[in-house]
Amino acid sequence: MSTANNDLRNTNGQSKYKVIGTRPVRHDGVDKVTGRARYGADIHPSGLLYGVVLRSPHAHARIRAIDVSKAAALPGVRAIVTNKDLQDPGNRVVELGEGAVNLRHLNHNVLAADKVYYRGHAVAAVAADSIHIAEQAAALIGVDYEVLPCVTDVQAAMDPKAPLLHADLVTDELGKMGSRPSNIAKHFRFEKGDVATGFAKSKVVVEREFKTATVHQGYIEPQNATVMWNADDHITVWCSTQGSFTVRQQVAELVGVPISNVKVVPMEIGGGFGGKIRVYLEPIAAVLSRKSGAPVKVVMSRADVFEATGPTPGSYMKLKLGVDASGMITAGEASIAFESGGFPGSPVGAAAMCVFACYEVPNGKIDGYDVVVNRPQMSAYRAPGATQAAFALETVVDEICEQLKIDPVEFRLKNSAKEGTRRVDGPVFPKIGMYESVLAARDSDHYRTPLTGKFRGRGVASGFWFNIGLKSCCTATVNADGKVSLVEGSTDIGGSRTSIAMQLAETLGISAEDVVPAVVDTDSVGYTDVTGGSRVTFATGWAAYEAARDIQRQMVLRAAQVWERKPEELKYVDGGVSGPNGLRMNFQQLAAEVQKHGEPVVGRGAVDPEGCGGAFATHVVDVEVDPDTGKVEILRYTATQDVGTAIHPSYVEGQIQGGVVQGIGWALNEEYFYDNQGVMRNSTFLDYRMPTALDLPMIDPVIVEVPNPGHPYGVRGVGEVPIVPPPAAIANAIYHAVGVRMQELPMSPPRLLKQILAKKN
Amino acid sequence: MAKKRVVSTTINGKAVELLCEPRQTLLEVLRDNLDLTGTKEGCSNGNCGACTVLMNGRPVVSCLVLAMEAEGATLETIEGVAKGGDLDPIQQAFLENAALQCGICTPGFIMSTKALLAENPNPTEQEARFYLAGNLCRCTGYDKIIRAVLDSAQRRLSTQAAAQGGNHSS
Repeated sequence: MSTANNDLRNTNGQSKYKVIGTRPVRHDGVDKVTGRARYGADIHPSGLLYGVVLRSPHAHARIRAIDVSKAAALPGVRAIVTNKDLQDPGNRVVELGEGAVNLRHLNHNVLAADKVYYRGHAVAAVAADSIHIAEQAAALIGVDYEVLPCVTDVQAAMDPKAPLLHADLVTDELGKMGSRPSNIAKHFRFEKGDVATGFAKSKVVVEREFKTATVHQGYIEPQNATVMWNADDHITVWCSTQGSFTVRQQVAELVGVPISNVKVVPMEIGGGFGGKIRVYLEPIAAVLSRKSGAPVKVVMSRADVFEATGPTPGSYMKLKLGVDASGMITAGEASIAFESGGFPGSPVGAAAMCVFACYEVPNGKIDGYDVVVNRPQMSAYRAPGATQAAFALETVVDEICEQLKIDPVEFRLKNSAKEGTRRVDGPVFPKIGMYESVLAARDSDHYRTPLTGKFRGRGVASGFWFNIGLKSCCTATVNADGKVSLVEGSTDIGGSRTSIAMQLAETLGISAEDVVPAVVDTDSVGYTDVTGGSRVTFATGWAAYEAARDIQRQMVLRAAQVWERKPEELKYVDGGVSGPNGLRMNFQQLAAEVQKHGEPVVGRGAVDPEGCGGAFATHVVDVEVDPDTGKVEILRYTATQDVGTAIHPSYVEGQIQGGVVQGIGWALNEEYFYDNQGVMRNSTFLDYRMPTALDLPMIDPVIVEVPNPGHPYGVRGVGEVPIVPPPAAIANAIYHAVGVRMQELPMSPPRLLKQILAKKN
Repeated sequence: MAKKRVVSTTINGKAVELLCEPRQTLLEVLRDNLDLTGTKEGCSNGNCGACTVLMNGRPVVSCLVLAMEAEGATLETIEGVAKGGDLDPIQQAFLENAALQCGICTPGFIMSTKALLAENPNPTEQEARFYLAGNLCRCTGYDKIIRAVLDSAQRRLSTQAAAQGGNHSS
C-alpha cells in the first residue's frame, strides 16, 4: 500500500494536514466489536408484533382475488394488508439520490396491485404475536392467480413477440413515445462527432457481443423495518437504510401522510451497496401498524432478499472500437441493453455515460435500452452500470492492444481522458486522475514483477465512476470540555462518521478523538441525501467543514468580547484564536469561556456542492487457470485509484479492497440461475457463490492523490469505482493465461472450461 | 403450538434458565428472548457465519442449532468476549487494523477467531483463511480481517510470553 503523487506535502515533505491522512480508531468501533451496536433487526419496542410478507410463487400472473379469511381467523393474528391499504401516489417520478423512481411503480412493487411481475413479488402481509404465527397465517392466505407466460431474458424480452409485462408501457424511442405496447421502456442515444468517419480512419476495428448475468449486492444484513403508527398519525420508522430522508419521502408518499409526520431513525446498517435506498418493507410495516395499533417488525429472509429486493441488471451489449496505426482511438460505438426487472428504470443511462469515459474518444455513438423482464425490480449496485460497460470496453481494448502489439498500459496512457476531455454524452472533465492512476499501475511493484508459470496470465483494466454531490447538513456544538458534538444524517456503512469528524477536527485544529460524531434521525438534523454515489466523505465532510468555519467565526467573536478587542484584529489559527501582543487562547480555553459567558456556540453546515471530481482506477491482476476444471485462482491483485485526498487511509483502502472483491465475485461466480418458469434456483449463499476468505489473496490498494480542486480538502468519492475494472481485468488475465476471450459473465468454471475445450478442438 | 419448555444453560459464564418453543432456533432465542442481539442473522441456513457462537468451545452456526439443544451446554457469545471493561486482544486488533466497515459480520468473525486461536495459536495466513471461510464478509474483501486475525495471534502470544517471563524473573 502506498501513496503517490502528493500535492498534500509542503516543501519539507511533511503533510500539510494534522488529522487528515491519519488512522484514528473509528468512534463507533467499540460498540461494533462488542455486539452492542444496534442494527435494524435488533430493537424490540414494547408490544411488538412480527410481520411476514406473502410473495408470489409465479413469475408473471394476474391476481384475480385474495382471500384472507382463514388467515384472519388464526389466533394471534392482529392485522393483514394488501396493496389496497397503501395510498396511490399517482404516476409521478421523484429523485431518490441514486436514480429516479416512478412512485406508482414503487407502490406496485411494494405490494402488487392487479399483477405480479416476478417470483417473490409481495402480495400481502400479516402481523401477529409471533413470527411463527405470522408465517402460519401467511400460508393460509388464498390468492387466485391467472398464470401468464413469462420472459426473463433481456434479448428475448426485446422481441416484439415476447409476452408483454405492461399493457400501458410504450417505448420512449429517442424522445418520442411509441404507439404499440412493448417491453422496451426506453431507447436513448448519445453521440459525438461522426462514427462512420472515425471508423474509416482506423487501422484496427474490433466488434464484440457481451452478456452479463444479474448479480446481487450481497449485503450480509437482510432488509428490515420496524414501524409504529401512532394514534396521532405520526409514524416512527426504525430501519437499516442508506438514506433516512429518502425513506421518509417514500413512506409518506406510499401511505398518504405529509413527510413531516414520518420520523426515520436510522439504525446501524449491515451493508447496502445501493440496494438499501428503495423501500420494500417500511410501508408494509407502517400499514400493519396502523391496522393493529402496535409496532410491527418485518425482516426479510435471505431467499426473499435474493428474489424480491433490487439486484443489479444483467445485460446484452455490443461494442465496437476503432484505433489508428499509432494506437489512438478514432471511434467507439456501443449498444447496451439492461434488464430493468418488473418495472422500468434500470441504470442503463449511467452505463452509457461511463462506457468510454476513461479515454479521449473523438467520435462516439452509444445506444441504451431499458427493458422490463420478469425478474425483481433492478436497483443500483456500486457504480451502477459501469461494471457491465467496462467489461465490454476494456476487453475489446485488450484485443486491440494485442493486434497492434501495444502494451496495454501504454495504450491507456496514450488515450487517457484528461482535464478538458469531453465525454461522448457531453460533460467536460475538470482536473481528474485517470492518467495518474495508469502511471501508478505501470510503476507498481506488481506490474514490474514478471509473471511466470503455465496457465498464468496478467490482465489490466481501467474504470470510471462519476461520484455525486447532493445535499448534506451538520450541526456541531462546542462543549465546555473543549470537545465538539457533531450531529449528521449520513448513515454510516463503512466508517464515514469518522472521516466526517476528521474533517471537522482538521478545520478546528483539534484531534479526531475530541469530536463526538452521531448519526441521527430525520427530526434531528437538516435534510441529507443518501449514503451512496460516493458522496458522504465529499459532501457531508464539506458540511462539517462549513460547521467548523461557523464555529471559528463565533469563537473569534467570543474571544473579541473576552479581550475587549475588535474581531477584525483577531484570527482563528492553529486550533485557537490569536490576537495582537501575543493574545492567545486555544480551543479548550475558548470552550471554557463560552460556557462562562454568552450564548452557546453551535456551528451549522448545509451544503449542496457541485465540483465533485470523477474517480478513475486502473487494476492489475495475475491469475492461474486450471485447464481441467476452468477454475480461476487470483494470484495477485493491485488496484490503483485516484482518491483526491485520503481522509482516513484505512477506510479508503477498505473501500478499494471491498469493491475489488465484489468485482471478483461478479467476474468468476455470481449469477442468478433462472429456470424456464422464471424461478430463481440459487437463492441461498451456498449457491449464489460470493467470495470467501479462502478464495482470495491480500488485495493491494495504491492510493493516488490528485486533489479535487472542487472540495476544501481535495476529496473525491472513492467507494464505487473499485468494482468497475475487476471483471474486465480478470477476463484479460484469463486470455493471457489460456488464450480464451470470455464474453460472458460470470466466467465460472463450467463456462470457461467449455471455451478452453472448444479452443483445443 | 407446542408447550414451551425450560432450558437450563450457561451463557457467558452465567447460569440462565429460559423458556422456549421446540421450534425456536438458538439464534432466535438469543436475540428475541434474551436480548443478546450481538449475534446476527444473515441467512438462517448456515451459510454466512454471522450467527456464530461457541457451544462447548466449538464454533457453531446458531441458526441451525435448536434452542433446546443448548440444555446443559456452555455457550459463549460476542457479549462475553470482553472481560469487564477490557477488550479482548482480538477485539483490539480488529479495531486497530480497521477490520470492519459495516460491522455486521464482525461478531461472527470474532467468535470464529476465538475458536481458531484456541485450536491453533499461531496460524499462517492460509490456515486463517481456511478456518474462516465459513464467515462471509461483503464489505472488506477480507484483507484487513485476516491481518487483524494474525495480529490477534501475535498479541496473545506476546501477552502470554510476558506473563511467563514475569514468572521466571522472581
